[in-house]
Amino acid sequence: MIEMITSFLSTDLRMATPLLIAALGLVYCSRSGIVNIGVEGMMLIGSLMGVVGSYYTGSALLGALVAIGVNLIVSLVFAFFAVTIKADQNVIGTAINTFATGLTVTVNRVIFGVGTSQNIEVFERVKIPVLSEIPIIGEAVFDQAILVYIALIAVPVLWFILMKTSLGLKIRSVGENPQACDTVGINVYRVRYGTILFSGALAGLAGAYVSMGQLNSFTEDMIAGRGFIALAAVVLGNYMPGGVLAATLIFGAASALQYRMQATAISVPYQFWLMLPYVITIIAICLYRKSSNQAASTGKPYNKQ
Amino acid sequence: MRKANKNKLVRFLEELYYPVIAVVVAILISGLMMQALGFDPINAYMYLFQGAFGSVASFSENFVKGIPLVFMGLSFAMAMRSGIINLGATGQLYIGALFGTFVGTHFAGLPIFIHLPLTLIAGFLGGGLMGWIVSFLKSRFGASELITTIMLNNIAIQLISYMVTGPMKDNASSSFPQSARILESAELPIILEGTRLHAGLIIAILAIVFYYVFLWWTRRGYEVRVVGANRYAGIYAGMNVRKNQMIAMMIAGGMAGLGGCIEILSVQTRLMQAFAGNTGFDGVAVALLGNNTPVGIGVSAFLFGMLNNGSSTMEMLARVPNAMIYMIQGLIILLVVGRNMFRFEGIRKKIRRKKRAKEA
Repeated sequence: MIEMITSFLSTDLRMATPLLIAALGLVYCSRSGIVNIGVEGMMLIGSLMGVVGSYYTGSALLGALVAIGVNLIVSLVFAFFAVTIKADQNVIGTAINTFATGLTVTVNRVIFGVGTSQNIEVFERVKIPVLSEIPIIGEAVFDQAILVYIALIAVPVLWFILMKTSLGLKIRSVGENPQACDTVGINVYRVRYGTILFSGALAGLAGAYVSMGQLNSFTEDMIAGRGFIALAAVVLGNYMPGGVLAATLIFGAASALQYRMQATAISVPYQFWLMLPYVITIIAICLYRKSSNQAASTGKPYNKQ
Repeated sequence: MRKANKNKLVRFLEELYYPVIAVVVAILISGLMMQALGFDPINAYMYLFQGAFGSVASFSENFVKGIPLVFMGLSFAMAMRSGIINLGATGQLYIGALFGTFVGTHFAGLPIFIHLPLTLIAGFLGGGLMGWIVSFLKSRFGASELITTIMLNNIAIQLISYMVTGPMKDNASSSFPQSARILESAELPIILEGTRLHAGLIIAILAIVFYYVFLWWTRRGYEVRVVGANRYAGIYAGMNVRKNQMIAMMIAGGMAGLGGCIEILSVQTRLMQAFAGNTGFDGVAVALLGNNTPVGIGVSAFLFGMLNNGSSTMEMLARVPNAMIYMIQGLIILLVVGRNMFRFEGIRKKIRRKKRAKEA
């Protein structure tokens, strides 16, 4: 029984990590008033570029850096169209997703060919000496890939920056009232460019974790909606890093349960477990409404006066 | 004043030049990317062209691929006209296909002129139901359609996966997860002998006509457009924003549902997991490139259908993955919505100012 709980928690955390990393970036992005639907495509690009980077450098960490680097370029394009050109953010996001589908398949075929599994360095598990001895939780939490630890540490750090520093205040103010920010001399465009680039970089890292932490190769369309789930986690976590952690753990649990339930005799079709995160999110956004931390200027491009 | 004197043709051409430029530029950029990846772009585009126009059969295939895109484009455009971004075409398509499959595989013995329309109506209602859910959650709970549509897409995908592996699985035919075959009385007839071109084309054209008539010739359509263009103007004129958006979303969902249903009744004949791939999101590109106008949607659906069709020949003979066309498609969306980029408002203003200064 204890072993089952441990392995369940471990799977849960492993499933939740890419969602968490991507969602943390999206929190900053959303707080500044930008909806980044393109996160799905950015994660997809990240998952391929991570593998490509690891393939050529022989290091998973360098691969992740390549993923981040390429995504910085992609999110610069997103930012240019969404902030400077003031085009509809959702449509730009869709364009990025569509483009990413084409790009990743094409580049993958060019570098790795059809149907060849890539032999690359992936993220190894790192056991943390003393902490991993704690029963149940220790083995589940402190015997994971390094990105899992980074993601968990990032939660309080990003919360502190967002809620307790002047930078965080700037980001939140830009989301709530860009006009007022402009009046007091905050550069709205620069803040939004910054948050978009930040979320793009984290989406790249999240993608790299999917292809090199959860699995050990790139397959076409491997993100399969994880970016959209990360978006949902931001809403469910009410635009707070801590809330996002809880939300991604719930979503991770739903997919961890899916594997577990397939192995046991309980006959709930696994598709319903996979549906659960989406249903929970819809219910949650219907219930929040009044107390939502959603930025007031969400989705509205800002026109400099 | 000058503008008012221009005749209709000139204005039409002016409307046209931008989308054409967007397509050309997207094809050029993709060509450069192909070059960079080690392909021969001219060769690839030649095979793409040959695949799309090489013979009567391959030419008619452009329409076969374009038909679902018409419905997805209409779905996105209809919602956008009412001020809603509908990213839920995927879910609406699948539920439409599900409803259509259910009716299409049951009621054996009905004559085709009853069974077929009934099946199509079911498809429309299935998609319309999904559209209604989105607008209901929006008006009742203030839930952003951005999140709900994407959530509903994924719910629908899982539901289809469950249905074809469980209750609707056809064990008689194979172990592959798929539904039973559509009855012949619900199948869309082929309208061009020797090709796959089916009567869905006629329905697509009718749908475009409906879109035009509804939005520009009915009072309800007028209200939808006013509410979408400026909701405060709509409210001021005493229009019910919620009601109009709800109707528009139901029609938008219905269009996507009908498109999914027609795919099942023609090309697919059986419901399968993920049979539609990226089609739902293709509607965004179709509607945007067509500027949400009836003719524009028809033409751009054909264009994307053609790219899609030609790309398989391109993949086979030039070894360029057919997913390449999604890069072109993504670029086209970027260029079309990035229209402001090419307007050079600042420069134009300066020139005008100089002119005025001279005249003075």
